[in-house]
Amino acid sequence: MTTATLSAVLPRLRRRSELGLILFSAVIIGGAYTLASLGRTASIPANIGPFLGVVVGLVLIAHLAVRRLAPAADGILLPVAGLLNGLGYVVIARLDQKLAGLQAAWTAVGILAFILTLLVVRRTRDLQAHRYTFALVGVGLLLLPLLPGIGRPVLGARVWVFLGPMSFQPGEVAKICLVIFLAAYLVEKRELLGMATWPRFRPVLPDLKHLGPILAAVGIALLVLVFENDFGQSLLLVTLFIVMLWVATERSTYLVVGFGLFAAGAYAAWHKVAHVRARFTIWLNPWASYDRNGYQIVQGAFAMSWGGVAGTGLGLGSPGLVPESQNDFIFAVIGEELGVLGSTLVLAAYLMIIGAGLRIAAQADGAFDKLLAVGVTALLGFQSFIIIAGVTRVLPLTGVALPFVSYGGSSLVSSYILLALLMRVSDESTRKRLANEAAR
Amino acid sequence: MNRQIRGLALILMGCFLVLFVQVNLLQVGQTSCPGLVAAYDRSGCQQHLNNDPRNVRAITRDFSQNRGTVTSADGVVLAKSVPSNDRYKYQRVFPTGSLFGQVTGSFSFTFGASGVEREYNDELSGHTATQQLRTFSDLFVARDHTGNLTLTVREDLQATARHALGAKQGSALVLDPKTGSILAMWSNPSYDPNPLSHHDTPGNPVARLQRDALLNAPGDPLLVKPYQENYTPGSTFKLVTGSTGVQTGKVTPSNPVYPTATFYKAPVPYGAPISNFDGEACGGTLFTILAQSCNSAFAQMGTETIGPRGMVQGADSFGFDGAPPIDLPGPVAESTFRPLTASSSDPARDFTRDLPILAQSSIGQADVKASPLEMALVASAIANNGVIMAPHVLREVRDAKGDLVETYPIRSWRTPISAASAATMRDAMRQVVQSGTATIMQEPGFDVGAKTGTAERGTPQNRSNNAWMVAWGGAVGAMPDVVVAVVVPDVPGYGNNSTGAAVAGPAAHEILTKALAILHPAGGTTPSTTPAN
Repeated sequence: MTTATLSAVLPRLRRRSELGLILFSAVIIGGAYTLASLGRTASIPANIGPFLGVVVGLVLIAHLAVRRLAPAADGILLPVAGLLNGLGYVVIARLDQKLAGLQAAWTAVGILAFILTLLVVRRTRDLQAHRYTFALVGVGLLLLPLLPGIGRPVLGARVWVFLGPMSFQPGEVAKICLVIFLAAYLVEKRELLGMATWPRFRPVLPDLKHLGPILAAVGIALLVLVFENDFGQSLLLVTLFIVMLWVATERSTYLVVGFGLFAAGAYAAWHKVAHVRARFTIWLNPWASYDRNGYQIVQGAFAMSWGGVAGTGLGLGSPGLVPESQNDFIFAVIGEELGVLGSTLVLAAYLMIIGAGLRIAAQADGAFDKLLAVGVTALLGFQSFIIIAGVTRVLPLTGVALPFVSYGGSSLVSSYILLALLMRVSDESTRKRLANEAAR
Repeated sequence: MNRQIRGLALILMGCFLVLFVQVNLLQVGQTSCPGLVAAYDRSGCQQHLNNDPRNVRAITRDFSQNRGTVTSADGVVLAKSVPSNDRYKYQRVFPTGSLFGQVTGSFSFTFGASGVEREYNDELSGHTATQQLRTFSDLFVARDHTGNLTLTVREDLQATARHALGAKQGSALVLDPKTGSILAMWSNPSYDPNPLSHHDTPGNPVARLQRDALLNAPGDPLLVKPYQENYTPGSTFKLVTGSTGVQTGKVTPSNPVYPTATFYKAPVPYGAPISNFDGEACGGTLFTILAQSCNSAFAQMGTETIGPRGMVQGADSFGFDGAPPIDLPGPVAESTFRPLTASSSDPARDFTRDLPILAQSSIGQADVKASPLEMALVASAIANNGVIMAPHVLREVRDAKGDLVETYPIRSWRTPISAASAATMRDAMRQVVQSGTATIMQEPGFDVGAKTGTAERGTPQNRSNNAWMVAWGGAVGAMPDVVVAVVVPDVPGYGNNSTGAAVAGPAAHEILTKALAILHPAGGTTPSTTPAN
């Protein structure tokens, strides 16, 4: 095959395998749905079946949009996201029929956001140009829940905004803005940030005037999140910041010093801040406070352990015992009903998204595209790690949504936007690469 | 930047590898640990999550499956499962009702299980490893794994205990001193476990209503007083003081001879004197003072002859300041000898500083407390050549086909005194029955020893007594094979009508007579073989 034909065929191959994988995941989801609604133990009534069709159909619509808008993009991301979305949908439908309809509606909004992102962001450098706008919008969105009137604390965290009947978490969208800003700003300053000039007698840090804007943006974001009592998002943001700084400057000092500082901060907070200490205590020994704060984590452990290797079978577990099972603890429900096989499948799905995302980053053309892909992948990867680690007690529990799986509009929409950004980077670099090869 | 991207890929893979390991620990290993912290501190780890009593899933599972029967030693069914037509497939039924309510416990979905139903839940439902894998084919074929329990308690003896106590609120415990087998364990009031085990529905909350009623009922029927409650033991504690004196060699049947007195006062300037029952004068050697239950003599024995350190060691060797093992759910009541006001970790030093308290404690007053089970164990040490066997209610577990799965491992718990000291104390206790305060316990043709207790409670204006009787009995010329302990706490009044002999004595005697008749159908003078446990 000559390179000229490859450039014509590769996009088509990618789209064809994407379609095949989407149909394959639709079969899996359909099978899971049927199992959960079978027999006298049916936990899903037949009348919400059409919603499943909607969810699968929406992913197909997204696929058609990709054919038009990003034909050369990676073909694995969308089917895997669709599989996770569908699996999450089945579990949510099995937990609460009312939420199932809402989740189907949110999936529609998410897919719409996915298509709109591909439509609006035709070239990644458009994003780069508006970096300070993104920084402003990001911090602004983070501040929204603190405004009296529209912001209200829910379950201790003040991260929600209420507008009439609508409610959403602006922090989820703010993360996307901050990723774009960080990528753009770091690309501009990466040479300077990679050079240590301060202090003068033994330089270890770059000039503070270059580091300043990032520290300001991230610092404000962190302050806001801590003020809103949203540790999950703060942890995610700190991780994202350190990782992007490290990749941009190619200096592992940032990685070591960054996580060192973070560990020291966490240790100090453990000893000084009462509600941080409470979280650590619950993590270290939830059994002692089983009937109070430790209840959720203990019930999550019971649920997962009860699942064993093969699980109880969809619809046959007792996820009603785990608080917030449709949300932060949806992974425990999957563990109980699908066993270690099901939870491993979910882990593998995220690893595939991470693998595809980092491959896109490695192959991307230009520092901004690389950094953007790294940032987006790190967001999705570390967010899923943080919440699964919290549920399984690898880390203290900090409530964040499980991307594509948990119930909730804001998270679903922002995850699909992140996915669209990755696919845009992939499409652009693949087309450039193919054009270069054709020209040779 | 690609080097860093590869590095990031490795970091994220490492993160997910940790998740994979943790998920396997949780789901395959049934263990929940706080991440890598568990490498050096396992205190936050919890294993066997599927069998945790807080895991309602296990209860739901146990409720939806068959369960073995519980049978008394004399073959009466105490608990069984019958098919039911509701959301659970089986209903637990307790045919003997309140007679064994405190032993079998109840099996409630709402409130969990208690008693034997809880202690031996795994055996009854067939979830122990030995029951799950009895043969190689169990790996492949589904089989009825449920276990049927045979207990050591006897229905006939339990019924006698209930009859003997009648309307009196109190406890009776019968055990075999050679094995630790509990033959009867009754306390009034008891409760019927059937309503408690009802499958409640919102419209028909039988179990909830009964539980609410029991929680508010006088006498706390849910508390299994024979081992979950302790009382001031009074003069029955003189068995411990006497045994300690004999064991330390400071007291023999002929020496010392305690002065005849109406009271005893510790050799310090402070503290009130201890007077004898009804103000009588008494004294003499060990057998005489035990037969008469002489307060002044035993107070002097504990305070001066044995002394603080010897008394603490002696009481603790019998299991005081601790709780005996028993195969029933806790909390098991502690029995205490050390003073509650103890200021140091060394109770002997506290007693040295306050000898009047030691004098009181030596006759089972002051802060001394004992559960009925503990006093039965004191008597069984004397009856069994100084060895206390671990008390238990399970005899054996058999599978659905009737094959033996396991037998309760009979073992000793403590050996507070030597065989020789035990023999001396048996002689002393025989004297109590022949010519002392426990003549009511005489059983023609049998060898019987006993000790009464009348623990003084309340204020002089509002006096009450804990009436105790502990006894052992057996064939003449053989080792005793039954121990009876009866306590009727808080008997109002003063004087001869509220003593251990008058209140607890008749009940204890009725139970002992029945037990000896069961164990020795041919009478006490012909040696007989008793069941292995």
